Amino acid sequence: MNHLDELESTGIHILREAYANFKNLCMLWSMGKDSTVLLWLTKKAFFGHVPFPLVHIDTHYKIPEMIEYRDQLTRDWHLPMVVGSNIEALEAKQTFPDGNVDRINCCRLLKTEALKNTINATGVRMRFNHATGRYEREENSQPYEGVIVGARADEEGSRSKERYFSPRDKQNEWNIGGQPPEFWNQFKTDFAPGTNVRIHPLLDWTELNIWEYIARENIPTVSLYYNHGDNKRYRSLGCYPCTLSVESEARNVQEIIEELKTGKFSHIAERDGRAQDKDDGGGLETLRREGYM
Amino acid sequence: MADFTTTSLEKMSVVFVGHVDHGKSTVIGRLLADTDSLPHGKLEQVRLECKRNASPFEYAYLIDALKDERAQSITIDAARVFFKSEKRNYIIIDAPGHIEFIRNMVTGASRAEAAILVIDAHEGVMENSRRHGYLLWMLGIKQIVVLVNKMDLVDYRQDVFESVTKEYSAFLSEIGMQPLGYIPVSGKEGDNISSPSKNMAWYQGDTVLTALDRFQKAPSLEDKPFRMPVQDVYKFTSFDDDRRIVAGTIISGRMKIGDEVIFYPSTKRSQVKTIESFAAPQTDSAISGQAAGFILNEQIYIQRGEVAALAHEPPPQVSSRLRVSLFWLGKKPMLPKKQYVLKLGMARVKVQIEQILRVIDASDVAVSVQKNKIELHDVAECILSLHWAIAFDLSESLTDTGRFVIVDDYEICGGGIVLEALTDEQEWARQEKMLRDSKWIKSDVSIQQRAERYNQRPTLVIITGCQGVGRKRIARAFEKRLFAEGKFVYYFGMGSVVYGVNLDIKQKGNGEYRQEHIRRLAELANIMLDAGLITIVTAVKLTRLELNLIKTIIDPSRIETVWVGDQYSTDVPVDLQLPENEQTESAVVLLKQLLQEHSVIFRP
Repeated sequence: MNHLDELESTGIHILREAYANFKNLCMLWSMGKDSTVLLWLTKKAFFGHVPFPLVHIDTHYKIPEMIEYRDQLTRDWHLPMVVGSNIEALEAKQTFPDGNVDRINCCRLLKTEALKNTINATGVRMRFNHATGRYEREENSQPYEGVIVGARADEEGSRSKERYFSPRDKQNEWNIGGQPPEFWNQFKTDFAPGTNVRIHPLLDWTELNIWEYIARENIPTVSLYYNHGDNKRYRSLGCYPCTLSVESEARNVQEIIEELKTGKFSHIAERDGRAQDKDDGGGLETLRREGYM
Repeated sequence: MADFTTTSLEKMSVVFVGHVDHGKSTVIGRLLADTDSLPHGKLEQVRLECKRNASPFEYAYLIDALKDERAQSITIDAARVFFKSEKRNYIIIDAPGHIEFIRNMVTGASRAEAAILVIDAHEGVMENSRRHGYLLWMLGIKQIVVLVNKMDLVDYRQDVFESVTKEYSAFLSEIGMQPLGYIPVSGKEGDNISSPSKNMAWYQGDTVLTALDRFQKAPSLEDKPFRMPVQDVYKFTSFDDDRRIVAGTIISGRMKIGDEVIFYPSTKRSQVKTIESFAAPQTDSAISGQAAGFILNEQIYIQRGEVAALAHEPPPQVSSRLRVSLFWLGKKPMLPKKQYVLKLGMARVKVQIEQILRVIDASDVAVSVQKNKIELHDVAECILSLHWAIAFDLSESLTDTGRFVIVDDYEICGGGIVLEALTDEQEWARQEKMLRDSKWIKSDVSIQQRAERYNQRPTLVIITGCQGVGRKRIARAFEKRLFAEGKFVYYFGMGSVVYGVNLDIKQKGNGEYRQEHIRRLAELANIMLDAGLITIVTAVKLTRLELNLIKTIIDPSRIETVWVGDQYSTDVPVDLQLPENEQTESAVVLLKQLLQEHSVIFRP
């Protein structure tokens, strides 16, 4: 088995462990390349099925192509799609683009808070109804005990310290100094009522591994990652006010791989274009302790 | 065609361990900087940050990402960093050296294939230098290179290097480990990290970089006996899927279509019909390392936690008593008589200490003490008693199916390796069952066909409890109700067998043949289950050991245990408890609910 085979196999093993141990389980799907690889691994792990809901935390500032791609794949693959948002903050215009809060607090409200409320079922969950083709309010929502996330250790400092199965307390907070031990193939699958566990099957993958796997498996990705003639593309996807495109000629997966290996990005971190990281002292630690993915 | 040059390289995880402040993070930081493995601007960013905080620049800051870590200048939790040599891709795990974070060190080290152990030349061999060495052995890491770091602080003197080398070699040989080599280095000054040092002409051996490349991948487990702990059995019905797929990661060996598979401890068997996958070419075999899935020729009921092996290969061990070596990371000590959960492979079972044989101080293995508890950071050899038997291997023959963790109050608090499978009370019954199953006269009507015809899952309902609480009354009423509702059901009690089948061992008053009575009851019930019946039996005060005997003879997934009475007078685990003096009618309703919830019978 080569490196990609090993990564795939470990990822599938972790997904199956999550499914066997958590009754109420979901996977965060941001439509980005990492969580889309995660979705693909899920289909591999469960032989074509996706046996738990995919959750998208919609800040309403996502690039429109991302939402189109989400709904297209939801229909084509018949995905169990759930969307959660911080409607109160959006209605009160408590956002960075509205000029009322800074970047970090905007992330905190539209992502961390929305995620927390979607996980613990206090917020509204909108579920895609394949019969009507519309999102409808989910009734009788139960808190998710396990949340599968596509975080990678090479993204930034605090993620390099993550466990495959990482507990969050009742407030959804991460006790980074007191993480439980995790060894061999035994994970933290026991948890106190009211707490939840973040599950990270892609921890050992690098950005390059992700693209190489997308190429090998021919996984459909959102068009924003590619240059369509204006020599601009996105390397990392997020909200449009805080995510910058990069100068790049890469028009397809193969050219992105070349660019990462030998070209101009071989020494520039992926989240270089994310403004909120820089506002947090060069990392995401503060946000992630509070529950940011 | 796509070119996957980097992915065709192999991957290796290497952990850096050692006593606190001996310079692990510095060596790694230096290695990354020297090999041009850092993102552009990272070095400058950290230098700038140090300047801003008026602290001297340290290479360790490149790795110690957490705010608390930089503030205290120590590594708190294991970090993964990625780095590539010409030979392979590395995942470097930086493990903390502080005693308080030993659980993080274990977490980091358990993922590694090889280890670099760092010792400060100036300070010499310390407590955690030894403890980490010992834990590496327990974690199964056999390839170690020792770095004698901070050589710049001892004027690059050869005699200092040699004295540290000598002392640590003596320690390692006590635990039967031999390092691949010792390297004198300075992480701070960059000596012997990625290029040979100019300050130590007396040393001509490997640099850290060349030593890393000299580590070897563990030999493939493909040629070992086939083992696949069953992770799950999937039957997804959407998109009209009717496959029933046994899924799991293959630990060792290989398997192909047509192979005869035996699942342990149940010893159920069938043949591999197809190997399943999604978005991958059809294949007729699978090998160690793969997350696999296959369909069997027969629809046998197997559960998560069983271990699949091949009929023509050596079987795994099966027992409920294990002699183990374990290390404890829990704040509360591990106590005899207290119940914990043991997880081994995919199996999960209640466990308690039967006997502590000896406790070793991991930092000084020469000392072993007698005590009646296992405390934080202790390593102990002990006998564990499991609530029921599981399948496993001895750690020396197959590492992955020979190690386990212990869970206490939601947390993993310890881990260990299996040294020996000890005989338990059910051993004779397991042997007998193996023989029985191999000689069983097979019918052309399968148990599944009967289950479908009768619209019920054949199940043994054991109604137990103290004398005079109404066990038989409830059993009779329950049989009558199920029969009236069209179910195929049969009730018999101990009295129905004692004067017939069991005449030769008819009760002699003091219950000395009770075990044999129970065995025969179970064998009779087993035939009734094979005939497709819901079978009800009653027995006075069944114990856990007796239930284990029944479960050895009969598929445990077909057994429901009910206790009648307010007080438990034995240690038997039950599926349902009925209050004493429960009205017959409501008892029947509760029993029906139990069978419905467990999909034995279905709601109309």
